[in-house]
Amino acid sequence: MGKTFSEKVFSGKAGRDVRAGEIVTLEPDYILTHDNTAAILRKLPEIGATRLKYPERAVVVLDHVTPAADSTHAANHKSIREFVADQGIHNFYDVGRGVCHQIMVEEHYAYPGRLILGSDSHTTTAGAVGAFAAGIGRTEAAGIWVTGELWLRCPDTMRIVFRGKLRRFASSKDLALTIIGRIGADGALYRAVEFSCETGDQFSISDRMALCNLAAEMGAKNGYFAPDETVAEFLGETRNEFRHLRSDPDAQYVEELAFNLAEVEPVVAAPHAVDNIHPVGDLAGKRIDQALVGTCTNGRIEDLRSAANVLTGRTVASHVRLLVFPASAKVYRQALEEGIVRTLLDAGAVWMNPGCGPCLGAHEGALAPGEVCISTANRNFKGRMGHPDSEIYLASPATVAASAIKGEIASPEEYF
Amino acid sequence: MGRIFKYGDDVNTDVLFPGKHTYTVTDPQEMAQHALEDLDPEFATKVKPGDIIVAGKNFGCGSSREQAVLALKYSGVAAVIAESFARIYYRNCINSALPALALPEAARALNSGDEAEVDLAAGVVRTSRGEYTFAPFPPEVQAILDAGGLIEYLRDRFAK
Ligand code: SF4
Repeated sequence: MGKTFSEKVFSGKAGRDVRAGEIVTLEPDYILTHDNTAAILRKLPEIGATRLKYPERAVVVLDHVTPAADSTHAANHKSIREFVADQGIHNFYDVGRGVCHQIMVEEHYAYPGRLILGSDSHTTTAGAVGAFAAGIGRTEAAGIWVTGELWLRCPDTMRIVFRGKLRRFASSKDLALTIIGRIGADGALYRAVEFSCETGDQFSISDRMALCNLAAEMGAKNGYFAPDETVAEFLGETRNEFRHLRSDPDAQYVEELAFNLAEVEPVVAAPHAVDNIHPVGDLAGKRIDQALVGTCTNGRIEDLRSAANVLTGRTVASHVRLLVFPASAKVYRQALEEGIVRTLLDAGAVWMNPGCGPCLGAHEGALAPGEVCISTANRNFKGRMGHPDSEIYLASPATVAASAIKGEIASPEEYF
Repeated sequence: MGRIFKYGDDVNTDVLFPGKHTYTVTDPQEMAQHALEDLDPEFATKVKPGDIIVAGKNFGCGSSREQAVLALKYSGVAAVIAESFARIYYRNCINSALPALALPEAARALNSGDEAEVDLAAGVVRTSRGEYTFAPFPPEVQAILDAGGLIEYLRDRFAK
């Protein structure tokens, strides 16, 4: 019987045949940590260890509460800087470089067939270029630092096939939310999700990142697109040398689902669950206070272009704050070069520094009681962006931009 | 026997332990005070050592934050029984040696006010509504539980 992508990566790492369901101890190629590095490094003395086994495999990105919101965060950041210098960790990205999951792909840590673990649930994003990437806990990250390895269960695989083409005003975000709406927040629990497009659209790396990012909200262990020509080109390879990583034609899937892209419409995830999906039209007219474009889900240049497309020559409603967080400094620079910075400024947007922003409710735009935010992020849990009595609606960059103009939830369709 | 606190599906890590506290609240006692605060504000004052949480599907979905497990552990919660668990949460439970049992039947049958106790060695949950058995953990996992958590497991490994 053939192997799935996950079985191939696990077998390659284990040096023997590994099948779904088996538990194996593996050495990841990279272990990603962010602001939580401060808490993780404090575990070393508890464990009785002092040095990282492979400092070259650690990637540390300061992104969550950056620049530091107060002296507690500042002290955490300081301890991290001292730690990376002391341990000889060269893969360190200080305040302002970008969101960790963006860095993993942008800086090519994510690479076909690599095993990437991160102490953050959206580590799955790196599956966009054909890495096996999964989130783990903090203590596990400390364990990998000092032992180089971790036990993992090789997941069953669920295949999601796309056919056709997305309409202009619908995006990969709408598609991802539509999938979550159909299968639920636990629809892919413990599983690998293999995305593939059989006809029509060639998903960009950015689209793939959004889908793999949101695989975490399906409960998946990892999400991925098999590495193809688009990936090879993105990595600067002249040929696609990654075909052997594709799932075999006779590989075993636990479930297969198909989506017709032409039927995907702009949707919104309403409070307080990511699988509470509704067509934008059903929520049209809901007054908003804040609109957010950014985060690891939708802070890339493609997303900023999409928002700028809608906002060109228009202005944000006077009662709305539109906050824009580029996913990285690289994205920010590109937006500057393309004139997007100016377009959004003219529309009344507030440009913020690359990073997570208020996504986790700690700073830079946290919500007051009763406030409503429409955001391109990936989670709308109660209280996530600040006060428990605030509301978060999740949508595509185009829908967020359209809603910012109207001052209420609105479909982007009329702006295309 | 511990008392049961029953919740629904998709109890997420933000209601288990709010993100805004993740970098600032580190004291175990203080963490316990924030456990479940956005879902059941009275939980922290009502819970007693040995009590058990019972919930529906996808318990612990969301962030990878371990505080969402530790806040319960520091509250004295003896085990979580759910129809299913989000995978990182499940791992974090093992690593903190908080028994997480995916027992759909028990999770549906038990309610707030019922009583239960978990016998890990025997693989059984004894409750006021009957007994529910569970399969042993894989050896890799059992070793961590036996050590009392991943930190302790690693400490043993480094001491050798
Ligand atoms: S942007 Fe939000 S979801 Fe993404 S890593 Fe940062 S806090 Fe997590």
